[in-house]
Amino acid sequence: MRLGVLGLQGAVREHLRSLAYLGIERSVVKRTSELAGLAGIILPGGESTAISLLAAGSLREELRRLIREGFPFFGTCAGMILLANEVEGQEETNIGGIDITVSRNASGRQVDSFETVLAVKGIGDDVPAVFIRAPYITRLGNGVTALAEHEGAVVMARQGNVLVTSFHPELTSDTRIHRYFVEMVKEYEKKEVAR
Amino acid sequence: MTKKGTFRVKSGLAEMLKGGVIMDVTTAQQAKIAETAGAVAVMALERVPADIRAQGGVARMADPTKVKEILHTVSIPVMAKARIGHFVEAQILQALEVDYIDESEVLTPADPLYHIDKWAFTVPFVCGARNLGEACRRIAEGAAMIRTKGEPGTGNIIEAVKHMRLMNEQIREVLAAPEEELMKMAKEMGAPYEILLLIREEGRLPVVNFAAGGIATPADAAMMMQLGCDGIFVGSGVFKSADPEKRARAIVEATTHYNDPKVLAEVSAGLGEAMSGIAIEEIPPHEMMQVR
Repeated sequence: MRLGVLGLQGAVREHLRSLAYLGIERSVVKRTSELAGLAGIILPGGESTAISLLAAGSLREELRRLIREGFPFFGTCAGMILLANEVEGQEETNIGGIDITVSRNASGRQVDSFETVLAVKGIGDDVPAVFIRAPYITRLGNGVTALAEHEGAVVMARQGNVLVTSFHPELTSDTRIHRYFVEMVKEYEKKEVAR
Repeated sequence: MTKKGTFRVKSGLAEMLKGGVIMDVTTAQQAKIAETAGAVAVMALERVPADIRAQGGVARMADPTKVKEILHTVSIPVMAKARIGHFVEAQILQALEVDYIDESEVLTPADPLYHIDKWAFTVPFVCGARNLGEACRRIAEGAAMIRTKGEPGTGNIIEAVKHMRLMNEQIREVLAAPEEELMKMAKEMGAPYEILLLIREEGRLPVVNFAAGGIATPADAAMMMQLGCDGIFVGSGVFKSADPEKRARAIVEATTHYNDPKVLAEVSAGLGEAMSGIAIEEIPPHEMMQVR
């Protein structure tokens, strides 16, 4: 199994490191052709406006097609903004694929950025989480499961094979959330083989 | 349990900016142009380095009114410059809630001896460095991000290249040295021993290292990325050129696709006049900014 990390901008190295800890094969995706042979894709944290501009064109179209087909996606922070069907104050959908509404920088400016420990459903009640100018989920659509909350706001959610977090598991040495995604990918592969 | 202003939170924002371009802006309108072109952050300042160099006088922190306008105009992070050692300018910028403070040699230094104690702040700092010793001292003072100094406002890449190459070379030396040579190395480099230990642990500088000071073209940006920096600061290079929108966009593309000469050839074409540059030898020694 090889996972790809969208490498246009942002915390690419950190996701690669988390995958390396888990012994997962990995590669960086900057071009459409580099999507071939992947079992799942991670969209890292970074600046969503910059990543969205850099992904415009065939790469975005291909990502949209894959996510619609049920291909496993994991977006952290900016990655979550790109995968949300709706972003407050923004008319266009970036890539879309998970039926949530996201409020960008809802946690405030950098002086309000923080780290904490979260209870995450199915993982544990001691998951370290780093929030940096973090977006929050303000609406959950049908079929979307909230997996973690912080002070009443949803900060981690899943719908089908799409997983999103407001925070950055890649900035910690705790790999449980990456492991969770790897399990999602394995399940998807099994189903694909069965089909 | 919830903690703000930890080193991980401070350096974390810099990690998110990797592979991106941070652009100097003096007005809200310029900030909007930078954001639209794909900048990952903007740097608010009164005058771009080329103008500071040309006009002389004391260069200070930007007017808070201007900083606020920029904060309200863009959704990307906003950085702002404080004078070296001017901890009150830094306090003011923190009160304005800028996202990063650049303790910068581009402005006129306020303290001939000391830099700001950056641990005392919740907002993170970026500082310039010409070599590993300087970078390590700034990190020990609390800087969560480093950039090369280069020679600001010149549109001339040579000094940034020199600083990046030297830092890489010195990091390789630190990584290769036997344990017993490390303390002497620390002494000779003027680098705190503990930071050198961190470098050995992580195999790299413990914080993000961007290139700054003289970047004027997409090729300049890509060259710095190929030399191993994590991202790009463009000071005067964008808004002192003939077509800022187009050049800004081209530098962003070049920073992402730095390893793809075909893309670089495409984005480098038809950008119009770049900022006019200055040969380093033409700058009188007392006007060199990097020695501050």
